[in-house]
Amino acid sequence: MSAVLSDPMAPDPWRIERIHRETPDTFTMELKPVAESTVPSFAPGQFNMLYVFGVGEVPISISGDPLAGKSLVHTVRAVGTVTKVMCALKRRDVLGVRGPFGNHWPVQEAVGRDVVIVAGGLGLAPLRPVLYQILARREQYGRVLLLYGARTPADLLYQRELENWGACSDIEVQVTVDHASDGWRGSVGVVTRFIPAAKFDPLDTIALVCGPEVMMRFTLLELQKRGLAAEQVFLSLERNMKCAIGFCGHCQYVPVFVCKDGPVFSFDRVQGWFGKREI
Amino acid sequence: MRRLDSILAEQAFFKGMDPRSLEIIAGCASNVRFAAGDWIFHEGEDASQFYLIRHGKVALKALVPGRGEVPVQTIEEGDVLGWSWLFPPYRWHFSARALELTRATAFDGACLRMKAEADHDLGYELLKRFSQTIIERLQATRLQMLDVYGVRV
Repeated sequence: MSAVLSDPMAPDPWRIERIHRETPDTFTMELKPVAESTVPSFAPGQFNMLYVFGVGEVPISISGDPLAGKSLVHTVRAVGTVTKVMCALKRRDVLGVRGPFGNHWPVQEAVGRDVVIVAGGLGLAPLRPVLYQILARREQYGRVLLLYGARTPADLLYQRELENWGACSDIEVQVTVDHASDGWRGSVGVVTRFIPAAKFDPLDTIALVCGPEVMMRFTLLELQKRGLAAEQVFLSLERNMKCAIGFCGHCQYVPVFVCKDGPVFSFDRVQGWFGKREI
Repeated sequence: MRRLDSILAEQAFFKGMDPRSLEIIAGCASNVRFAAGDWIFHEGEDASQFYLIRHGKVALKALVPGRGEVPVQTIEEGDVLGWSWLFPPYRWHFSARALELTRATAFDGACLRMKAEADHDLGYELLKRFSQTIIERLQATRLQMLDVYGVRV
């Protein structure tokens, strides 16, 4: 579903239309093209390279609705040189955008099956487009579960949407945090704790997992205990992506390039290397 | 009315336990209910029971000066609450408070210890199951301590 890129290394100027602060260090911005009127289509799980002119470029997952088609939405955490400057940008400022790049979550392959989405921290951002797409065709899927873990209640992304999804009977939402204060009425503990009792059919389920690698390792263990085979589990991997088109080799992960062959991999494809100390 | 041992047999914690052992355990059990906000036990009190949560959510809390009662973990449907009844000095190390209406089966610790001493097969079965719970909680706590969502510096 990638757009045809005339020069994939040349960024196009996009203007920031809206900025929403999600947490103290994470913000979501909506971009519109400065020159063109059309917004490239994208599939859930793909990413763009966002360029802060004069500072640098970073790969950021697309977190908006793939069916909306009016803008690009990215959720960014201010943790490095580029993203900290990006965080300080204002509405109407211009960014460079290359993309979309990479493959996508198997939303179509999940039709007719139960879908378990396990997200940790910022890992909810690349999974949000999956939820939009599933909810748009909800009748085509079995049970849909969103299991989401964050550091603290203040670090939860998309809080209003989480409440809406949780209130909707079509999707079961379970949220937990690692640390909380006295006033928190929700769950405390790691996100993997939800998996043993989660209601899905292990024989006919697709699991989509995104978060810090250690969280994904423990999630895989729990999913395996529930009987999911490696080919039923999909992960989004994060590596140091630079060119985004498989030329530079910065994101090489044994025989694959995460930017070009990923970032989404079925676990059976990467299980030989996943979690290996040397890789 | 259904017998308590048949209800226990459906719980994951007791899955696969032989009917005789379940009957013995059920002899030390009773059904309890807590309203949202009720304290189930407090840190330092005698740990005379454990609970199997059938419905609801309970926060395990530690009193931290300056921060109040900090929740360290929540215990939810199907989970076991409390293992301090099993090991001396039989005192709670944390406090527990129902976050919502909670229904549970309560087990008399002294009654179970006495029966486990008299029937080592029963005692071994109980210890295996509690050890599994303790290991799972330990591993989850280690993951929690890693602060995996924190900013790497």
